[in-house]
Amino acid sequence: MSATEGTPAGRLTRQEVAHVAMLARLHLDDEELDRFTGQLAVILDHAADVAALDLDGVPPTSHALSLANVLRADEPRPGLDRDEVLAGAPDVEDHRFRVPRILGEAP
Amino acid sequence: MSGVPGHDGWELVVGLEVHCELKTATKLFCGCPNSFGDEPNTNVCPVCLGLPGSLPVLNQRAVELAMAIGTALHCDIRPSTFHRKNYFYPDMPKDYQISQYDEPINADGWLELPDGARVGIVRAHLEEDTGKTTHAGASGRIHGADYSLVDYNRSGVPLVEIVSAPDLRSPAQARSYAAELRAILVATGASDGKMEEGSMRVDANVSVRRAGSSELGTRCEIKNLNSLRSLAHAVEHEAQRQVEVLESGGVVRQETRHWDEDRGATVTLRSKEEAEDYRYFLEPDLVPVVPDDGWRSAVAEALPPMPAARRRKLGALFGDEPVEPGGARSDQVATVVDLGLDELVEAAVAEGVPAALALARTANEAATDADAARRLPLVSYVALLRMEATGELTATQVKTVLADLLRDGGGDPAELARERGFEALSSEAVAAMVADAIAAHPDEWGRYRSGEDKLTGFFTGAVMKASRGQADGKAVAAELARRRAEP
Repeated sequence: MSATEGTPAGRLTRQEVAHVAMLARLHLDDEELDRFTGQLAVILDHAADVAALDLDGVPPTSHALSLANVLRADEPRPGLDRDEVLAGAPDVEDHRFRVPRILGEAP
Repeated sequence: MSGVPGHDGWELVVGLEVHCELKTATKLFCGCPNSFGDEPNTNVCPVCLGLPGSLPVLNQRAVELAMAIGTALHCDIRPSTFHRKNYFYPDMPKDYQISQYDEPINADGWLELPDGARVGIVRAHLEEDTGKTTHAGASGRIHGADYSLVDYNRSGVPLVEIVSAPDLRSPAQARSYAAELRAILVATGASDGKMEEGSMRVDANVSVRRAGSSELGTRCEIKNLNSLRSLAHAVEHEAQRQVEVLESGGVVRQETRHWDEDRGATVTLRSKEEAEDYRYFLEPDLVPVVPDDGWRSAVAEALPPMPAARRRKLGALFGDEPVEPGGARSDQVATVVDLGLDELVEAAVAEGVPAALALARTANEAATDADAARRLPLVSYVALLRMEATGELTATQVKTVLADLLRDGGGDPAELARERGFEALSSEAVAAMVADAIAAHPDEWGRYRSGEDKLTGFFTGAVMKASRGQADGKAVAAELARRRAEP
């Protein structure tokens, strides 16, 4: 969980925003960091307002729609044509997507 | 046996994480075929390629197989939600994997090992598999690779990840747990349990501590365990490595290590110091799964008998004679259950074949081609074993005819025996051959008569040779005993 959870509004630091941006592979310049730190702080303020309410006995909302068990039968459906799929790839070898050398193993 | 082999005074603590691919017709969130070994990138669609605007829809069969696994592992089956686990790696084109996080479908269960020990199951949750990357370059390994190739056929294949409690205390116990779990997964119909094809993948969390301590040591996660054998080896080597680090005053770092089968050692893959931050959040495109009692009991009722119950049932065929755990007979029972050949043994015993004979022929001979054996008409198999039980055919002849039956997918064993020229020798013929052997070896006969029992083998061998293997060893031994008892 992020280090900002539960911290009072206004305490979100520029450094934390830079960290979150790095995790999301977003490259923000100084001006953007300032702007998004302010915007994210407003969102966290709102979350803090909700957290301040007495919510004992209110189940957490897991979805905006009050639906459950939306399921699909296990029946195959045709997918996409391989040539069409690979036409969108930056590079192809042996009918597979060719991607740059990866540093580190998959998580 | 517990502890760290070769190091007294240390205790080994192991928990296993097992990923099991579910045997569904389609993927977890789209209708693409779930099929191993197809041409690369032929089972893909906008959903499993992560194309913008595509939406996942949950596969009902996958949910039911997960519930079946949870039921078999005595878990609570709970209302559950899906989360996005965010990371950037080309095996997941969406840049997140849909998994279950704080509300898994199954939690708090247990699995009983064949020796009676219970291993806690922390959770067994649903998630999607990733695509398959191949690292091209000189080494074939990720380090030193020039580039990677990705096949998305596996992307989105349904998985259940089963996390055990750190209850395992030896390499053998870790292996036994994985073997029993595999048998259960196969029995539920959820998986084919093929470790070599990656449809069951085992990661081991290994730590060591001083014997008697109740604190957990720093653990390392071992990956790339492609067989039960490598699991046991890797756990043993890793435990020894950690003990050696600690005994020389070092510190075990929490990290992921890769089992190198050729070198017989684990090597660092990545350190956990690069803290994982997956920024899990609820998957907004999926709603909760809330199984009601009716659904839960329908899944439970459809569950076939589990391996432990089937082993007990086979053991009961021996009546008062117990099947010793760890003994040869218990291995035979385990083999029969693993291969799903229970019915052959049970049908033979029901028709009067001695349980030991039915079990031995099934575990030793029928097991050599289990696929064919499962398809064999029971009536053919039972008739053949009866011919051995009554002495009409010798053990060697029965094995030959059984191979014919398995090859042909059935048939009349009596007919096959005749085609092979396996005429049962009459008792007169056996008696005449025994008499010939006695006449040819008067000295040995004298010694046998005066109590040298080991010469039974000598005479049986002589009769076998004379009959070109057609005599029944037991009938020969009986005739020898009868002759010796004569005044």
